[in-house]
Amino acid sequence: MAKQVFKRSKALKDNIFHYCPGCGHSIIHRLIAEVIDDLGIRDKTVGVPPAGCAVLAYNYIDVDMGEAPHGRAVAVATGIKRARPDLIVFTYQGDGDIAAIGTAETIHAANRGERLSAIFVNNGVYGMTGGQMAPTTLLGQTTTTTPGGRLPLRDGFPVDLSQMLAVAGGSAYIERTAVTSPKNIMKTKKAIKKAFQVQMDDLGFALVEILSQCPINWKLSPVEACRRVEEEVVKTYPLGVIKDTTQAQN
Amino acid sequence: MTKQLMRGSHVIGEAAARAGCRFYAGYPITPQNELPEYMSKRFAEIEDATFIQAESELAAINMVMGASMAGVRAMTSSSSPGISLKQEGISYIAGMELPAVVVNIMRGGPGLGNIAPSQQDYFQATRGGGHGGYRTIVLAPYSGQELVTLTMKAFDLADAYGTPVILLGDGLMGQMMEPVTFPDPIDPATLPQKDWVLDGARGRESRLIASLHLDPLEMEQFNWKLARKYAAICERETEYESYLLDDAVLALVAFGTAARIAKGAVNRVRKAGLKAGLFRPITLWPFPGKELRALTRTIKNLLVFEMNFGQMVEDVKLSVGEQATVHFHGRPGGIIPTPHDIGAAITKLIYRYELDD
Repeated sequence: MAKQVFKRSKALKDNIFHYCPGCGHSIIHRLIAEVIDDLGIRDKTVGVPPAGCAVLAYNYIDVDMGEAPHGRAVAVATGIKRARPDLIVFTYQGDGDIAAIGTAETIHAANRGERLSAIFVNNGVYGMTGGQMAPTTLLGQTTTTTPGGRLPLRDGFPVDLSQMLAVAGGSAYIERTAVTSPKNIMKTKKAIKKAFQVQMDDLGFALVEILSQCPINWKLSPVEACRRVEEEVVKTYPLGVIKDTTQAQN
Repeated sequence: MTKQLMRGSHVIGEAAARAGCRFYAGYPITPQNELPEYMSKRFAEIEDATFIQAESELAAINMVMGASMAGVRAMTSSSSPGISLKQEGISYIAGMELPAVVVNIMRGGPGLGNIAPSQQDYFQATRGGGHGGYRTIVLAPYSGQELVTLTMKAFDLADAYGTPVILLGDGLMGQMMEPVTFPDPIDPATLPQKDWVLDGARGRESRLIASLHLDPLEMEQFNWKLARKYAAICERETEYESYLLDDAVLALVAFGTAARIAKGAVNRVRKAGLKAGLFRPITLWPFPGKELRALTRTIKNLLVFEMNFGQMVEDVKLSVGEQATVHFHGRPGGIIPTPHDIGAAITKLIYRYELDD
């Protein structure tokens, strides 16, 4: 009899992902579900999905979910967590959501050290609306609203939200990862697990920024899109731990 | 219970705490700062209560949304410009059928306006205020004691119907000190259980609270569900006060602070033998239009008085149609007329139209 080496997480619904071929969202959803299983917290976890491609995250991740207006996920999550501190609350947000329209909410939640785990998916474009420039679009990158490429003194520089959040006194753990290879995916899972653990240990705000690929809006094949993340995107957004106060606590 | 002399803003805060409110988020704006200040102090005394000074009005209303999802009675407050900022969240709260209480201590507008008492947000409050064609219940207190009863009622209505409820006061209501009595505090644990809250899928299916309905047919069905709910609210929850209307030839129609002034004016002209009375909507939405129309069987002249240049007067005209002549007297911009001013307006109308014959 064959040995089962992989199965669907209990915290993942048996639905087929609607995401485009090669998109990173489905991998990230799976990793969150696996972490919830591993930590045994499915029955006390509440998720806050965003507006954007992952607006239907609740069709996949099988925990209580409350939808937030675009950019307000950490504010909604703050309300849930403060009202019920025994719950484990995570947000799932894209780059436009967390680093443009929701910048203020995010910085202040981090600054207050809200015990939340934010999953920040950075693919450098507004995916759902058709590939417009995001706050994290690279310099020179062509999008539907930067037809000649992003110019810094016209369109602004790529925003490094994670670095900004690292400055906030209440943030406890911030790491940037990618989902381009098995190795990177395993690192991402570890980071997500740590972000949940930091919340469970009551240490402060935790965030994992995940560089993701958007082959459709980048007009690349999935393989080329992963290569672009590893060769180009990481030059602006280097992978690794950006802040970790848990070491000091140990 | 003994009477206490309290400022209106503090009365709202104390009434909220006694109604079982355990979550407040807000952002400073005049003339309602005494309310968040009171909440910060009062909630520090209650173990499971949360006060957050939010980074913005947007954040505050969204925090309230989250707390409501988690099943807690939640409130935010602001004044006119801040309420505009909250409209995004109020629309989502309506779209998710969540209970929430939003206090608007109105000031003069539009724009930054001023910090003087005004009633210029009647349209915004009674027409939903944000996008998507929803309604909010709107309660208009006119005294310190009514701040107690209507604040507490706001939480009950919000829970009963799963809807945002607006407590619509103004700078004068917020600042005015009056003796009030409070009922005993409600223990939130004794409130009816909510079977829809997000509290972790323990021994049950996971839950979703969302306002997204991508399928137009599903969205339409949800809208009709809202419409039926709003019709039920109109049927059951209309509240108003009639004052000296039995023999009146002229009825003033006014709410909130304007109604307080109007009552004084009615008392003044009555002393001079003029038969004026007051019809005071307590719920602005649902508007007591049926009751107002019934009044026109005997009273053919109405004088609408508002601290704006004419908003509720549209609802009055819609309600009475051709059954009565609707006159209007308004002072926008934060002007507070005196009972003497309104008394003069009443006197002029009664003599001009020979209503006292």
